[in-house]
Amino acid sequence: MAAGDRTVLQFNSPSSAILSAKVHPLVIFNICDCYVRRPDQAERVIGTLLGSVLPDGTVDIRNSYAVPHTESAEQVALDIEYHHNMLVSHQKVNPKEVIVGWYSTGLGVTGGSALIQDFYSREVPNPIHLTVDTGFRNGEGTVKAFVSVNLALGDRQLAAQFQEIPLDLCMVEAERVGFDILKKTAVDKLPNDLEGMEVTMGRLLALIDDVYKYVDDVVEGRVPADNNIGRFIAETVASLPKLSPPAFDKLMNDSLQDQLLLLYLSSIARTQLGLAEKLNTAAQIL
Amino acid sequence: MANSMAKSFLQAAATEEVVSPLRVVQIEGLVILKIIKHCKEFSPALVTGQLLGLDVGSVLEVTNCFPFPIREEDEEIEADGANYQLEMMRCLGVVFPWHIFRYQSTILGSYQTVELIETFMNYQENIRRCVCIIYDPSRSNQGVLALKALKLSDSFMELYRANSFTGEKLREKNLSWMDIFEEIPIKVSNSALISAFMTELESDTPVTQCDYDRLQLSSNPYMERNMEFLIECMDDLSVEQQKFQFYYRSLSRQQAQQQAWLQKRRADNMQRKAAGEDPLPEEDPSNPIFKPIPEPSRLESFLITNQIANYCNQINGVSGQSFNRLYLMKSLHDN
Repeated sequence: MAAGDRTVLQFNSPSSAILSAKVHPLVIFNICDCYVRRPDQAERVIGTLLGSVLPDGTVDIRNSYAVPHTESAEQVALDIEYHHNMLVSHQKVNPKEVIVGWYSTGLGVTGGSALIQDFYSREVPNPIHLTVDTGFRNGEGTVKAFVSVNLALGDRQLAAQFQEIPLDLCMVEAERVGFDILKKTAVDKLPNDLEGMEVTMGRLLALIDDVYKYVDDVVEGRVPADNNIGRFIAETVASLPKLSPPAFDKLMNDSLQDQLLLLYLSSIARTQLGLAEKLNTAAQIL
Repeated sequence: MANSMAKSFLQAAATEEVVSPLRVVQIEGLVILKIIKHCKEFSPALVTGQLLGLDVGSVLEVTNCFPFPIREEDEEIEADGANYQLEMMRCLGVVFPWHIFRYQSTILGSYQTVELIETFMNYQENIRRCVCIIYDPSRSNQGVLALKALKLSDSFMELYRANSFTGEKLREKNLSWMDIFEEIPIKVSNSALISAFMTELESDTPVTQCDYDRLQLSSNPYMERNMEFLIECMDDLSVEQQKFQFYYRSLSRQQAQQQAWLQKRRADNMQRKAAGEDPLPEEDPSNPIFKPIPEPSRLESFLITNQIANYCNQINGVSGQSFNRLYLMKSLHDN
């Protein structure tokens, strides 16, 4: 290093402060699926991430698709035409989704990744790089997101440093409904409403049991009392509306009667349909 | 490329003698998530998309899907639409295999239209087994995954091809409104990798948002909408019934006229015989009262009836849930 000029190693902070990223489970599913179906000689899968940037700086990753690539020791080649075709097709359906980055399977960041990051940064100012560890190297599947930061020594670009940013898995309610189904490898039939209700009530019961046990433990001194939790519990119990028994009974009976009325109506409608159909098709034309 | 593959499959299939009936539709979790996401993003507009998969014996495996863009003006974008399809299939075909079916989102179960049947018939020309998956995003607010796989029943398809929905034909085939669509059970399969990931990424609380949704006491808005739809359908049904009544009335009137004319003819003939002339023919095809009145097609009324049955089922389901909730509340209060 030259002693005369004192050049400083600069860490340029990313131009638009990207604080964190949110990923939808669909993206992870897509990536896993592509990984499972990859051609035999490829070791990892690379693809594009689509989504949007929210006004407060978080990046919302909503969709993804795989891009065929070839990789060797020195170079990485991506099928750019395929990438553009898919992008155009996806945007026809959802014009709001734009490229926000790219993903690759496998744990850390490799040398080739910098080149790909470079390619993507030509399309988007600050691409996010998502790594999905399908090999479960740490004993668990880790999903990490990185943003690249350029390291410059004076005026020369030295390297790109990948900085990790916090990643959040967000799920929409509708997706949560199917979540149980998605966890197992095979489900024989989709649960209908009543079964779902059963499961929910079972869970509620489990929750109440937990709280009960906790209160017992605190009373018997096994667990140190935490005032905040105590206050929460008191609030919850107090939030049950205080109705006098006759008022509550009336309320309940009214609702019950409404539901029964609807049930009766629908049964009548079905009887009517059965009758109408018999009349329609049984009529003999002389 | 897809066409030539389809042709070779057809040739191969033509040598098979017996086709096992379709029993189960096996869907990948990925496809379900994609459908949910697409339908939810565009609700309340209805969206459709294409399913890709394989046909294996009595199981239909659906492995991937892609959504269709919403068309605003049909003329310009028709060519684009076909291109888009081919493009997507080509791109995805690089990685995954073939076959095409269809999915569709619906609102509160009002999916049974003539267009759906026509689309089905169109697909049926090329592919032997096609299935439509219907997803109802409004029911997910109630905490239920409303996904159904439908297929047109074979007897219905034959009738449709013959384009005759008269009462006699239907009675012959013993076809009622319940037989139009067949529902096929859905099985969900996931690769082991995905299950591992999902178990990993699941949040720790045992209670999720969908449980809160299910336990909500107010199901009134949903019921109200259901009832509204039911009432509209009833109106439509009564319109159809009136058409039938009109047809029957005019038919019986025509027959009465025919009888009267025939009587007159016979009386004339008797007179002529008495007068020694040739009897006139007893039929006169040029007379307008002999013109057969076309019978109105029953397809619409069948579809409407199906819809109504659907709504009734939904109402029953939601009422069942509400009962549970009310009793839960009651016991909670008693304690």
